Amino acid sequence: MSSIFKRIKDKLADYRRPGYYKEFDYHWAIVVDIDRCNGCEACVVACYAENNIPVVGKKGCDDARIFNWIRIEKYIEGEYPDVRVKFIPIMCQQCDRAPCEIGCPVYATYHNQDGLNVQVYNRCVGTFTCATYCPYDVRRFNWFTYKPDKPLDEQLNPDVTVREMGVMEKCTFCIQRIRYAKDAAKDEERRVRDGEIKPACVQSCPTGALTFGDLKDQNSEVSRLARSRRRYRVFEELNADPSVIYLKRVMGNGKRSHD
Amino acid sequence: MGSDRTIEQIPYEDVNADVVRTMTETGRLYYIFLFLSMAGVVVLWGLPWAYQIYTGQGVTGLQTPAFWGIYLANFIFWIGISHSGTLLSAILFITQTPWRRSIYRSAEAMTFFSVMTASIFVFVHMGRPWNFYWTVPYPNQRGLWLNFMSPLMFDVFAISTYATSSMIFLYFGSIPDLAAVRDRVKGWRKEVYTILSLGWRGTDAEWHWLTKAYPFFAVFIIPLAVSVHSIVSWDFALSKVPGLSKTIFAPYFVVGAIYSGSAGIVTLMIFLRRGLKIEKYITKTHFDKLGMLLVVMSLIWSYINVVEVFTGWYADTSFETESLRYRMFTPPFSYMYWLMIFTNTVMPLFLIFRKVRRSMAPALIISLGINVGMWIERYLIIATSLPRKFHPYMWNDYIPSLVEVSITLGSFCFFTMMFLMFVKLWPSVSIYEVKEDIGIPFRRKKGHH
Repeated sequence: MSSIFKRIKDKLADYRRPGYYKEFDYHWAIVVDIDRCNGCEACVVACYAENNIPVVGKKGCDDARIFNWIRIEKYIEGEYPDVRVKFIPIMCQQCDRAPCEIGCPVYATYHNQDGLNVQVYNRCVGTFTCATYCPYDVRRFNWFTYKPDKPLDEQLNPDVTVREMGVMEKCTFCIQRIRYAKDAAKDEERRVRDGEIKPACVQSCPTGALTFGDLKDQNSEVSRLARSRRRYRVFEELNADPSVIYLKRVMGNGKRSHD
Repeated sequence: MGSDRTIEQIPYEDVNADVVRTMTETGRLYYIFLFLSMAGVVVLWGLPWAYQIYTGQGVTGLQTPAFWGIYLANFIFWIGISHSGTLLSAILFITQTPWRRSIYRSAEAMTFFSVMTASIFVFVHMGRPWNFYWTVPYPNQRGLWLNFMSPLMFDVFAISTYATSSMIFLYFGSIPDLAAVRDRVKGWRKEVYTILSLGWRGTDAEWHWLTKAYPFFAVFIIPLAVSVHSIVSWDFALSKVPGLSKTIFAPYFVVGAIYSGSAGIVTLMIFLRRGLKIEKYITKTHFDKLGMLLVVMSLIWSYINVVEVFTGWYADTSFETESLRYRMFTPPFSYMYWLMIFTNTVMPLFLIFRKVRRSMAPALIISLGINVGMWIERYLIIATSLPRKFHPYMWNDYIPSLVEVSITLGSFCFFTMMFLMFVKLWPSVSIYEVKEDIGIPFRRKKGHH
């Protein structure tokens, strides 16, 4: 009898495990050093170019239908002349206990073996549940079929799907680059080296605020940064277990440069 | 029977004749209303929806934090209305309440039609409605299966089960009446009702099995009704969003559903008895009892509402406080909120007076008020929670677009159309149970109607 209970208990424990995996192959993560972010939005532009993100124009932005997979949130504190601006880049946090994944009735969003939260465009029926459940508001919906003007359609990235009307999309950590690096590593029968993969945002960041890597590898750059005392994650109390780790900004009083 | 009778003594012959009359004799006003509601379905619902499917969900007022809007509010509202039939029919049946008998048939029809209206809203709100069958579990060539952890998946099962069961319940209880109609009509009607009545002859054995099986259906459908609205509430309560993620939502939604459903019944019965001239069968006693029910439901609903606000305020987390502040004290939502409190908590208190319960005009105003209030409640839950999620940077106000408003109005036209067709094609007052209410002792021994 007790073995039946144990089996049920194990089964339930399996459901609590991210993506039902016993172990991930890799555990991709991004470390964002907010101290280094100067809000230049190069990452946003790079993301648009890499992932064939539609540009919606002024009206689309006014309607809050902007497609930025990564956004720089600006928080302004104080009155002139004592003004401080804080920047925080927010992209999909690739949560290990993702609220969006339980919402989708058709498995259009699921957890893959690399610890990523993947969106399958072709499977999506557009119930909006994932976007509603997402605490980070990073999911973007194709309200219309957006077609780039000629000749801009020539510059679309051939490695990335162009999405049609009615499907949800979000940051993928540039999964096409991850796949490419993993394939190359597999051909040479080795694991992906640290720093081999750079998503578009990481690649374009002029101050080096973003670092991408494998959290499973204890010696990787992200693992080293993630052990920092400045480490925190956004809305940790919601228990979504995000894979994006932030390093706190250390602010002085503005009178002298902080040391 | 005797003392708890709600209907005056009417000869059996007249009952049959009256019910068949409601189906065969049709005034001009009926055709005008039927035409108007059909036109409404096409113009207000069909065309905007076609436009939306063709162009994309962008024609709605939905935007990035507020992905759910008026469509889902309508969905919950109509599911809520559908609880009337179950309550009045099944619960009042097993508690052997006599005043149920002349109104339960139309209440059950109301259940079925409002579930239909609600389930259409599921498709209206989808981004790619042409792929709706992907949410149905069957072995398929796509090699895909469904996510049974999703609250929306629960919804698919709960609503389809409920719709099927309520349809069977409605049909099953109508068989003797369909046979009675069959025996009294001519022409095409004769053929239709011959098929529909499934060869009912009114033998002792048939009555025996009917009375055996009917309580089974009644008992079966009550937990189903409770589960349906609990599951609908879990679409919201199983998220992490402040304002939606509340443990009290399941009972709150069930109570709200019964409340709005009962109010819907009162509204509908007032029109039905006037329209079909069946004041003899749906009497003021019925409204008296329904009024009492409304007072009780109003008090329970108000209590849960107070608990919801109080616990949210007491918890004093910044997310929860903001969502309450946005809902209760920020125009235009504050106007809607306090209007809802007025129509759903204050106005029904007048039903405490016997005189108010027994007069039609106040009953109509109060029941319509409750339905407006319940619609507002569902709207506020969605329209004030999602625009105030966790990131203040992403906050945005949701304003429904013309397409959304038009489809909302169209759903009322659709419901009206279905109900108008129902009263002419189906005996909307139960002939055999009304006769039970009139009560002739020897009927039970002889065993025919």
